[in-house]
Amino acid sequence: MKTINLIKIAWKALQRNKTRAFLTMLGIIIGVASVIAMMAIGEGSKQSIRNQISSMGSNMLSIMPGSDFRGGVRRDNSESQSLTLTDLKALQTKSTTISYISPQVNGGGQAIFGSNNWPTSIYGVGENYTAIRKLEIASGVMFTENDIKMAAKVAVIGQTIVENLFGDGTDPVGQTIRFDRIPFKIIGVLKEKGTNTFGQDQDDIILAPYTTVQKRILASEHLRSIVASAKSEEIADEAVEELSDILRVSHNLKADDEDDFHVRSQQELISTFSSTTAILTVLLVAIASISLVVGGIGIMNIMYVSVTERTREIGLRMAIGGRGVDILMQFLVEAILISVTGGLIGVLLGIGSTLGVSTYLRWPTSVTSESIIISFLVCAITGIFFGWYPARKAAGLDPIVALRYE
Amino acid sequence: MDKTIIKIEEIKREFLIGNETVRALKGISFSVTQGEFVTIMGTSGSGKSTLLNILGCLDQPTSGIYELDQVAVKNLSKNALAKLRNEKIGFIFQSYNLLPRTTAIENVELPLYYNKTVSSKERKERAENALNLVGLADRMDHTPSQLSGGQQQRVAIARAIVNDPVVILADEATGNLDTRTSYEIMALFQDLNNRGKTIAFVTHEPDIALFSNRTIVLRDGHIIKDNPVDNINIAAEALQKLPLEEEL
Repeated sequence: MKTINLIKIAWKALQRNKTRAFLTMLGIIIGVASVIAMMAIGEGSKQSIRNQISSMGSNMLSIMPGSDFRGGVRRDNSESQSLTLTDLKALQTKSTTISYISPQVNGGGQAIFGSNNWPTSIYGVGENYTAIRKLEIASGVMFTENDIKMAAKVAVIGQTIVENLFGDGTDPVGQTIRFDRIPFKIIGVLKEKGTNTFGQDQDDIILAPYTTVQKRILASEHLRSIVASAKSEEIADEAVEELSDILRVSHNLKADDEDDFHVRSQQELISTFSSTTAILTVLLVAIASISLVVGGIGIMNIMYVSVTERTREIGLRMAIGGRGVDILMQFLVEAILISVTGGLIGVLLGIGSTLGVSTYLRWPTSVTSESIIISFLVCAITGIFFGWYPARKAAGLDPIVALRYE
Repeated sequence: MDKTIIKIEEIKREFLIGNETVRALKGISFSVTQGEFVTIMGTSGSGKSTLLNILGCLDQPTSGIYELDQVAVKNLSKNALAKLRNEKIGFIFQSYNLLPRTTAIENVELPLYYNKTVSSKERKERAENALNLVGLADRMDHTPSQLSGGQQQRVAIARAIVNDPVVILADEATGNLDTRTSYEIMALFQDLNNRGKTIAFVTHEPDIALFSNRTIVLRDGHIIKDNPVDNINIAAEALQKLPLEEEL
């Protein structure tokens, strides 16, 4: 029989039992819709994490001290003091893959202005820090190389500090605040950046020359970390390699020594967090797939009922010249038609419910074309797989017996 | 001489039920030439259904020769048998076996769907012609539930002739119908026979057999009688003689 006729006949057969066909499809519809919605939610959160990390500077590299292993004692990373200004100098002069570099030291304390005070952190950084972290100056200026040389007591503050210390509307630029009893003259204010993915307030920050923080607050020569930006996002991995090599030389490490520092790119951070959501997505999709399988079993069940019900029809079709393969195809096409129609409705429902989730719950979502293609293919395969056995049963009937079936 | 449509020689059919061998046909021979209207009679258990299944290429004899339209049926594959049924045989059943909720014309078109050489246009034309021939030109879009028993059997007859078969095999085709409708159907069969159709008609009603021109009687797997009918009843005339419905 011609394929087009097969589809026509199968379609008519489904039309004769509309309610039953729809109920059979329902399992598939729910399965496909949930797979698509789950994948959209998973993909959406993955993308939103990626965007937020990128907004911190997608080509940013951070170098942390760590894995200091001396005399058999492993020390906490934060205590290790393997990064120094010498390293900074070495990186500055030797690296060809980075455009900006800045040391970072930080300390906590109480910021005071007039009668207001606020617990916060002070970051001792270089003049390029704003470029690396994609921070922008809202008013005033960033401190200069000269300020760093002089260890000047100047600071650039974030919006949270402005709100808490200058709540009365005083322009902070030109004012002097105190941090740990050290007076800092405010020369600039940063634009608001909001909370990052990890719930950290990125505006609760005071930037000051690292020399000032080292000498006057921490009284330490060591660097908490070094941040740099690769010339482009593409060469970030290459830059990680290069910086590591320079630091190994600078630290006089032998070939089989462990690194006593970590160089990380944002890409690594992205993949770390993406893998967490990927696991979640896999879980969600696995649960959704179960309903797809249940839907498939529903199809199989109904097809068996249908074959039994239409035994005489099968006998007749055989008597008038239908071959086994014709009968097999007829029932198989019917099963596929159910699953594919259900799949189509499911895709629409999935996209619809994804839109609903992003509109009303304001969750980040993203429907990918591959999730649609995959779930649609799975549907067709489900139809073939679960339609096969009932169709085989139909094709294997003896026409003499089938014709007399009551 | 007319062409031989059915030729069977020493046909035997045995079934194995449990450990017992049931011999339904114990060596039967006859042949049917083109244009014959044969009734096959016999009580239940006489083997007439088994014979019909073999004639219809739904079943194969255990031994013996069966040639349908000069084609030896033995040793044909299942698919070849299906093709043979599709092209050379028209089936008519006691219970019509029409597809429910399917229009008359679609039911009649059905055999042609299994013949790839027939285009959809030709399929429709042939189905319309067949329905015209059985007098249902105005009922083409009716479903079986909207048709009377006689009309349903006419649709089934149209379906049996739409593929222009060499033989029409009818299995108790009037078994579910009242006398008047039976005679109407028999008039139709006689009409088809006059147009040159070869018909093999299984029945257990002797009065129906009188409308054919040859009767074969089976008993216990043997042919006990194979005679031409002397006084062939004309169904159209018999219909005239029946009391009208109002008088009943």
